[in-house]
Amino acid sequence: MTGPGATTARDIAAGVRAGELSAVAVLDAHLERVGLREADIHAFNHLTEAAARATAATIDARVSSGDDPGPLAGVPVALKDNLCTHGVPTTCSSRILEGWCPPYDATVVTRLAAAGAVAVGKTNLDEFAMGSSTENSAFGPTLNPHDLSRVPGGSSGGSAAAVAAGFAPVALGSDTGGSIRQPAALCGVVGVKPTYGTVSRLGLVAFGSSLDQIGPFSTTVADAALVLEVIGGHDPGDSTSIPAPFPSVSDHLDDGVAGLRVGIITEMMGEGIAADVAARVRASADALAAAGATVEEVSVPAVMYGLSAYYLVAPAEASSNLARYDGVRYGLRVDAPTTGEMMERTRTAGFGDEVKRRIMLGTYALSAGYYDAFYGKSLRVRTLIRQDFDAAYERFDVLLSPTSPTTAFPLGDKTADPLQMYLNDVCTIPTNLAGHPAMSVPYGVGDDGLPVGVQVLAPALGEVAMFRTAAVLEGSLS
Amino acid sequence: MAARITPDDVAKVANLARLRLTDDELDRFTHQLSDILDHAADIEALDLAGVEPMARPVPLANVFRPDVPGTPLDRDEVLDAAPAHEDGLFRVPPVLGEAP
Repeated sequence: MTGPGATTARDIAAGVRAGELSAVAVLDAHLERVGLREADIHAFNHLTEAAARATAATIDARVSSGDDPGPLAGVPVALKDNLCTHGVPTTCSSRILEGWCPPYDATVVTRLAAAGAVAVGKTNLDEFAMGSSTENSAFGPTLNPHDLSRVPGGSSGGSAAAVAAGFAPVALGSDTGGSIRQPAALCGVVGVKPTYGTVSRLGLVAFGSSLDQIGPFSTTVADAALVLEVIGGHDPGDSTSIPAPFPSVSDHLDDGVAGLRVGIITEMMGEGIAADVAARVRASADALAAAGATVEEVSVPAVMYGLSAYYLVAPAEASSNLARYDGVRYGLRVDAPTTGEMMERTRTAGFGDEVKRRIMLGTYALSAGYYDAFYGKSLRVRTLIRQDFDAAYERFDVLLSPTSPTTAFPLGDKTADPLQMYLNDVCTIPTNLAGHPAMSVPYGVGDDGLPVGVQVLAPALGEVAMFRTAAVLEGSLS
Repeated sequence: MAARITPDDVAKVANLARLRLTDDELDRFTHQLSDILDHAADIEALDLAGVEPMARPVPLANVFRPDVPGTPLDRDEVLDAAPAHEDGLFRVPPVLGEAP
């Protein structure tokens, strides 16, 4: 589709750059969909309609004057509300940051703008990105556009739902233990967690700093590649940023998978994985084999320990990162006669239950007497997981698994039992612990008619093989 | 089975983390944190004596920016985002003892 209702970023940018499509008309077409369904879905915490119109008008004016606004010219984009936007509320879906307007833009936000993208709003998330259903938002849950009685996944549920509902062709999320891939799977869109260090974290509100990574949501594999190429690459403002440009993946999307070695992770196909989800993963493996890849099962034993290690490492880092919310420099303050009491009242009133749970768990794991048993042990498990992945990648170019053990579950189903909620992340967590890339590609539906995502995993900086695989999977469905 | 974590432990970490819990919350969080720590028994049982810890995925250390002046954040804008400020500083309630 090439009119104002064009649904992919590539088509929109091509049309706008060629002067055949107006960025304002594209924006209006997307805002019309927002007007029709946002009240039901609640993908956004904050819409920036007026600023978006002004940006789109500027893009159109630049094209008229012979300028090229860039590879995302006129493309509406939704931003997870834990990405700092200068002068625009950034809440992390937490009362403790309600009303706060950052004094700077995240590097990814600057890069999107420089590429001609049009930011339309800030999307809902589990508070501080802690959760797998977006039910932990202080501002109410986001609902799955495919079935309003189901969760969209999380924590980037608002971004996934926004893309699935056609509110924006692309969105950004952050992924600490699966927070891009799992909601992408549950909402039937593409979601990518790139290699740790390839996308700047400057301006991403920190949760687990050794795990957090920003990545795109889109409806097509090619759009995800396009957005990554815009936001990726070295940033001197992030000391964990790999000092190299992001590799071009778009050039390889048509390379196919002939000769590529694909391993299905045995540990992620058995107990705890719904049969209909596992069946879709096997179907995706068959499609890759039919396209010339060699497919085998491979055991990666240490991934079984990922969940336990993650739920000690991530809370430990979170307990440290979230110490900054003390009522002094930004956000909420609940007044009290002394600073110590003010801090305690502010944090008690400002944080929700899941955030408190993780802060306490992390504080415990880092405290004297337990540090070696929990935190130290978890860091050694990370090494085991990376070693087992390394061994698998000696024999395979990419690995396959489900993204999520089930399709989208009903709202309220797992809110009373945190451990049950955490088990949703079992297939996505090992990637973050290893620092590797992985992406979720929609691959049909389960027995309930809801989307299933297949996860393609690759070694560090293995994005080209990962995207080649994803492109073949996408093509095999059409 | 002995409790993984006691209400006293939870009260102690809540205090360290500057969080105040009601009695109901203390009870609920104690049970939930126990469940999570029970799950971690699988890694507790591992013998990892010879395995190096991995704190971060990218082995970059001592990353410095060039020592040249840049454009810092706007001071007034930063202060305006704070709950209270005075004379270019963040203002807080008394830290020690009573207010003068």
